Amino acid sequence: MRSLALRSALLSAAIFLLFIGIWQVSSMSGGGGSQVVDDEYARLVGAAAATGQKTPFPSPSEVGAKLWQHLSDPFYVRGTNDMGIGIQLAYSIARVAGGYLLAAAFAIPVGFLIGMSPLLYGALNPYIQILRPISPLAWMPLALYTIKDSSISSIFVIFICSVWPMLINTAFGVASVRREWTNVARTLEVGPLRTAFRVILPAAAPTIMTGMRISIGIAWLVIVAAEMLVGGTGIGYFVWNEWNNLSLSSILVAILSIGLVGMALDQGLARLTRLVTYQE
Amino acid sequence: MASAFRDPFNPDHRLSSGCSCGEHASQADHDQAAALGGTDDLAARLAETAIVKAVFGADPARRAFLRTVGTSTALAALSQFFPLAAAREAMAQAPGPLEKKDLKIGFIPITCATPIIMAHPMGFYSKNGLNAEVVRTAGWAVIRDKTLNKEYDAAHMLSPMPLAITMGAGSNPIPYTMPAVENINGQAITLAVKHKDKNDPKQWKGFKFAVPFDYSMHNYLLRYYLAEAGLDPDTDVQIRAVPPPEMVANLRADNIDGFLAPDPVNQRAVYDGVGFIHILSKAIWDGHPCCAFAASREFVTTMPNTYQALLKSIIEATAFATKAENRKQIAEVIAGQNYLNQPVTVVEQVLTGTYADGLGNVKRDANRIDFDPFPYQSMAIWILTQMKRWGQIKGDVNYKQVAEQVFLATDATKLMREAGLTPPAMSSKKHVIMGKEFDPAKPDEYIASFRIKRS
Repeated sequence: MRSLALRSALLSAAIFLLFIGIWQVSSMSGGGGSQVVDDEYARLVGAAAATGQKTPFPSPSEVGAKLWQHLSDPFYVRGTNDMGIGIQLAYSIARVAGGYLLAAAFAIPVGFLIGMSPLLYGALNPYIQILRPISPLAWMPLALYTIKDSSISSIFVIFICSVWPMLINTAFGVASVRREWTNVARTLEVGPLRTAFRVILPAAAPTIMTGMRISIGIAWLVIVAAEMLVGGTGIGYFVWNEWNNLSLSSILVAILSIGLVGMALDQGLARLTRLVTYQE
Repeated sequence: MASAFRDPFNPDHRLSSGCSCGEHASQADHDQAAALGGTDDLAARLAETAIVKAVFGADPARRAFLRTVGTSTALAALSQFFPLAAAREAMAQAPGPLEKKDLKIGFIPITCATPIIMAHPMGFYSKNGLNAEVVRTAGWAVIRDKTLNKEYDAAHMLSPMPLAITMGAGSNPIPYTMPAVENINGQAITLAVKHKDKNDPKQWKGFKFAVPFDYSMHNYLLRYYLAEAGLDPDTDVQIRAVPPPEMVANLRADNIDGFLAPDPVNQRAVYDGVGFIHILSKAIWDGHPCCAFAASREFVTTMPNTYQALLKSIIEATAFATKAENRKQIAEVIAGQNYLNQPVTVVEQVLTGTYADGLGNVKRDANRIDFDPFPYQSMAIWILTQMKRWGQIKGDVNYKQVAEQVFLATDATKLMREAGLTPPAMSSKKHVIMGKEFDPAKPDEYIASFRIKRS
C-alpha cells in the first residue's frame, strides 16, 4: 500500500517534469532569430517582432519567474486598478461564499419541503427543469439591468448557478429516505419536526452534501467568467486585465491559482461529506 | 491643434478645429499653448473664444475684422457689448460648494482615455477639489450599464454612445450628455502581417474585421473607408464587435484579418509582430472625434458644481495633453499597471507619433492622436447620418435637436449662460472626410449622396 502511494507520487512528479521539459524545449526552438530591422525600429517593438516573428508562447521559466513575482507580493494595493493576486482571489472567494451561502440558505429548506411533499415536487419540477440548464452568465445582463449594481449582480449569478444542484439533490435525498426509517419513527410517535431533523436530515445528508459539492465547483467556474465580464475586482478580472496586456505568463499564473483554490474548496466539502456519511 | 485654447484675437488663427483646416501642427501653436501659463488663463481664453465665435460666426469674418481694426480695438469694441471680464471671471472662478466630492469615473484601457486617466495621477481632479477614482472597466456595454446604474458618476465612452443612449438605440432611451470630446484622431486600421501586400482596400473582399463596438466611430469610419473603395461593409466583408483587449489575440489566431481599433491596440499588434498599421484614422478624417467624456443629464443638472469642477479637470488635463512636449511624461504615467497596463514604449509611440508601422519603417506623425475637447454638434450630426446610413436608426431624425441635446457645446457655453450671457450659436462646422465635404445643414442630402447604404 505504502509503496503504491510512493510509486504514484513518483509517477506524478515524472509526468510533471516531462510536461515542463517538453514545453521548455518547444518554446526554445521557435525563438532566437537574428534581427531583421534597423536599431531604431527594433527599439520600438518587442524582441520577437524585431526578428520578424510573432511574440511566442511563454516558456516555463518565464511563467515561473512571473509566478514568483506574484507570490512574493500577493497582497499589495497600489490603486483602484492595481492589486495583488492574493487580494483578487480573496474578492472572488468572498463573492463565491456570499452567493453560495445564500443559495444554500434557500435551496436546502426549499429542497427539503419539495422532497417531503410529492405535490410540491410535481408542481415545481417543470420550473426547476427549465431554469436549471440556463447558463448563469446569460443572467448577467438581466441582473445588471434590474439589480443595478455589478458586484451584487455577480453574487446573484453565483446564487443562481449554485442553487439548482443543491435544490435537486436535497429534494432527491429527502424523497428517497428509506420508508422503513420514517415508518419506525411514526410507530414510535415521533413528531414531524423531530422526524425531519433526527431521521430525514441525517439520512439525506450525504446526498445534500454531494449537491453542495457540485455547486461549489460550478460557482467557482462561473465566478471567473462573471468577473471577466463585469470587471472591477476578482481573479476573473485579473485574467481579463492580463489578457488586455497580452501577458500569457500572468494568465497562466492565474489559471494555476484558480485551479488550486478550486481544489481546496472541493476538498473542504469532500471532508465535510465524509463527516456525514454513514454505513447502512 | 486644440483650437479651443488659442487666442481668438489673433487674426492668424482659426477658431474652428485646427485639424480639418490643414494648418495644424505648426510649432507656433505649440509655443503659444506652452506660453499659456496657468489654467486660469486658459479658462479666460475659452470664454473669450466662445464670445468671439458667437459674434462673428464664420471664421473668415472674424479674421478679416481683426486684420482691419487691430486686435486691441476689437477687444475694446467687443468689451462694450459683452462683459468679457465677467465671462472670464465666471470661467476662472472656483465653483460653488461641491455637491459630491468622491466620484467614480469609468474608463476603458485605451489611449483615448488619456485625459480622464492622467487627471488622476497628475492631480487635475484633486486640484479642483475632487476625490475622483478612475476605474478600469472591461467593455463598452459594461461601462454603459455601470454608468446607467450610477455606479459611475461619469465615464469614458465612444462618442456615438451618448447619442445612441439618448435615442434608445441598443439600450433604453435615457437623456445623456457629452460635455467634452476626449481625443481626436488616434485610431488606425491594422491588418494581419500576412496581408502586407494588400494595400488597396479593393483587395479586401471576404475579410473579417473587428471594431470595438457597434456604436463607435471605428465602425462608421471603417464602413466609410470600405464603401469608398466600393466594398459593401455588410455583404462583402464581415465586421464584428470585439473588445479591444481581444483584438490582438484574435488577429494572432487568424480569426480576423484586421481591425479598426483604438490605440494602443494597433501599436501593440505591431509590438508583438502580429500586424501592421495600414493607415491611421487621421487619413480618413483628420480631426475626427473618437472617445468622449460622458455623463447623464441628471448628473449635470443635479450636481452642477461637481459637474463643472469635473469638466474643468478634464479640460485642463486635455490642454496639458495637447502639448507635444508633455506627451512622453504622460505616456510614462498612464502606461502603468494601475491604468493602461501596457509597455511604456507602446503608449509612448502612440502619444508622440513616432512609431513602428509593423513593416520595418519608423513613421513620424505628431498628430497621430490629438486632444481637443470641443464637442462640435456637426460631429454629432455626422455620426447620426452614419447611424441612419447603416440602418442603426430608422425613420426621420431631428439631427440638429439630438446633436444639441447630447453634444453640450463648450464648457464656455454653459458657463456663459450661468453668467447671464447669450451662448454662442456656432458650434457646427463643415467637415471633410476622405476628400468629401459634409455640410451639417444638409444631413439627408449627404446620406442620399452615398451609393452604398442601408436606408
